[in-house]
Amino acid sequence: MRPRAGRVVAGVAQGAAAQLRLDPVVLRLAFVLLTILDGVGVVAYAALWMFTATEPTEQPHGSRDWGQVAAYGLLGFAFGALALVSGAAAGGLAMWPIAVGGIGSLILWQQAEPGRRQKWMTSTVGRVRATWVRSGIGLLLVGVGVIGFLAAQDQLAQASTGLVFTGVVLGGVALIAAPWLAALWRELQKERTERIRQEERAEVAAHVHDSVLHTLTLIQRAAHDPREVTRLARSQERDLRNWLYMPKQDADATLAAAVRRAAAEEEDAHGVPIEIVCVGDCDLDDGLRAMVHATRQSMVNAAKYSESPVVSVYLEVEPGEATVFVRDRGKGFVLDDVPDDRMGIRQSIIGRMERFGGTARVKTAPGEGTEIMLTMKRTTP
Amino acid sequence: MKTVRVLIVDDHRLFRSGVRAELGPSIQVVGEAEDVESAVATIAELEPDVVLLDVHMPGGGGVEVLRRVLGSGAQVRFLALSVSDAAEDVIGVIRGGARGYVTKTISGAELTDAITRVADGDAVFSPRLAGFVLDAFASTEAPPIDPELDSLTQREREVLRLIARGYAYKEIAKELFISVKTVETHVSSVLRKLQLSNRHELSRWATARRLV
Repeated sequence: MRPRAGRVVAGVAQGAAAQLRLDPVVLRLAFVLLTILDGVGVVAYAALWMFTATEPTEQPHGSRDWGQVAAYGLLGFAFGALALVSGAAAGGLAMWPIAVGGIGSLILWQQAEPGRRQKWMTSTVGRVRATWVRSGIGLLLVGVGVIGFLAAQDQLAQASTGLVFTGVVLGGVALIAAPWLAALWRELQKERTERIRQEERAEVAAHVHDSVLHTLTLIQRAAHDPREVTRLARSQERDLRNWLYMPKQDADATLAAAVRRAAAEEEDAHGVPIEIVCVGDCDLDDGLRAMVHATRQSMVNAAKYSESPVVSVYLEVEPGEATVFVRDRGKGFVLDDVPDDRMGIRQSIIGRMERFGGTARVKTAPGEGTEIMLTMKRTTP
Repeated sequence: MKTVRVLIVDDHRLFRSGVRAELGPSIQVVGEAEDVESAVATIAELEPDVVLLDVHMPGGGGVEVLRRVLGSGAQVRFLALSVSDAAEDVIGVIRGGARGYVTKTISGAELTDAITRVADGDAVFSPRLAGFVLDAFASTEAPPIDPELDSLTQREREVLRLIARGYAYKEIAKELFISVKTVETHVSSVLRKLQLSNRHELSRWATARRLV
């Protein structure tokens, strides 16, 4: 098990040391020495790197101690120079290609480690490209290693016939297998599409069941109460419409979504249809949030007192400001007749808007219906 | 007042009979059709004044009926009637040549009024359609290719805004101190722009509304 913290290169020595109950320094020195003698150190290190799993931890690992890396690197370099000068490592020169090849295959194997591969694949395109670059470098190093090994053993000439033969055989096998592999790939793709489609169908069925069927049952049970039936049907219609046609919006983030939600809730609460038209949208700020509250209060007033069969709400977001109109065709009233102690219009609508620097205008007359116009400056994009 | 001859095109039988029952005495329903093929054939045969056209139907939907009937040069007026509020559908049938768009929740009296208006050659905008048009014409930063077709005048914008606020034509006329006829002229002009403007943004906007 390789630990994540306190690594010098990949934590191999540290992991092995923990296993053998030794000081990691001893093992690190051993790897360095083995590398200098005939390259075996690198190969062994690479092999251990491949076969030992990373310690499973979610904690972000601390940064590498580059001082230590430099120290071991320098040590190895010095020993290497010494060995080269003294000719002690001459016999082991052939091991170097193996080391190179080892590093190459190490890179390839690293790609194949499931967790890591997943991490790369789910990331951005740039990451995927990095994966290809890594694979390319890995293949190149393996190739160099193999050829270098053969060259060092003076066997390149003999091996070349064998290599050509192998190449031809591999090519033939690829030719034979390619159509089958392609078919297999297509099959897999088809299965995947099919599965996605089935999931979608299941989602639709679930939604229809949870909402539409449920509402239809409720409507049958409430058949004696036309008002309740209308309310249920409206509420279901709105829900289904949102699900079918509306982009998913966050009612806590944007103005249009917040106004729509407020309208939906008041429509449900009072059983009066509220028709909503939104032009443009923007993010909410404190002023606009106050405007949503004032809009809600206006809708409540219209639904509760106007006796209008329908309430129209129009929201327009312009570059500098947002405007809301709440209109009913109900009985209307005389604004000055509203007693001072009635909080609805004066406090919840006009007062609230003015506190945040907005304006509220009420246009009404008995028999003419009522329209409330709210305007608020925008500060958000 | 002369009666208006109407053909109802919708694939739901229940809905067809519902509409038939709701329409006022000034409307005469001369026939019904339930898909694109039968609609095209019946329109050619009966030559109605106004076709009430459903947007979603088997065989290509309302847009296909518009394409085939108007493409043949017939002088029929269409009023689109749909449950869908999707911008794509609304803008689609209007661009296809319909003179108006109302949703199926409309009351019988309002529908009668809308049919009469379309029969007279006027345009019928629901508040939602007005909202879509304002949104579509406002959302462009690119300079218009054809300034006459690609932008709305101040007055047209005011009229549309009042429609979106739920005002009837009569109320708009009163609000803006103009005649109902002038309101109708403005709305027809907006309709013409909506149909003829080549503005790329218009279709893109409608599609984007759906995909966000």
